[in-house]
Amino acid sequence: MIKISKQDYKKIVDHAVAQLPNEACGLIAGKTDGADKRIEKVYLLTNTDQSREHFSLDPKEQLAAIKDMRSLGYIPLGNWHSHPETPSRPSEEDKRLAYDKNASYLILSLMERENPVLNSFHIEGTDAKKEELIIEDRSEIE
Amino acid sequence: MKITVSGEVKEVKDELTIAELIELENVETPQYVSVSVNDEFAKSEDFKTQKLHEGDIVEFLYFMGGGQ
Repeated sequence: MIKISKQDYKKIVDHAVAQLPNEACGLIAGKTDGADKRIEKVYLLTNTDQSREHFSLDPKEQLAAIKDMRSLGYIPLGNWHSHPETPSRPSEEDKRLAYDKNASYLILSLMERENPVLNSFHIEGTDAKKEELIIEDRSEIE
Repeated sequence: MKITVSGEVKEVKDELTIAELIELENVETPQYVSVSVNDEFAKSEDFKTQKLHEGDIVEFLYFMGGGQ
């Protein structure tokens, strides 16, 4: 299971919409408790491909994000990217380029602009399994 | 000598190359890894010859990409 705050979910959606027609991407960091993950910070990175069908994270921004995570005591949990025109599921290219079987791969579909869909996946080889994703209002919890 | 790898201080042999460190650290899919040394990205063609020095800070960055 992976949890994300409503605020961070909105941050992803807002950035992905702002980057249309291109794909948007970034990193997620936080804490783990056994198999459960809690996203504490979402990073919005540049899609160096500047493409509506592909994304690549900027290594320099990746490095800065990793350092920031470390300074905050968070660990890298995975990444996120948007699918401007297709469903929220890993494409063949997403699977081919997913090297970390422990990572969570969040995919935001903007096929229906007024109804964005965010899912999380674990990817190992050609096998992608949906991971339970909870979008929670932390202002009530904390 | 001591270097910092992904935030952890490690004792390694003097004049260790980046390629040797990649092997030592059991980096998976090294062909998709960028390496920064003191915030400078090393060229992959230099991995076998670029030597590390005392106090160097090394980060491994895995390529992340995909497409819809």
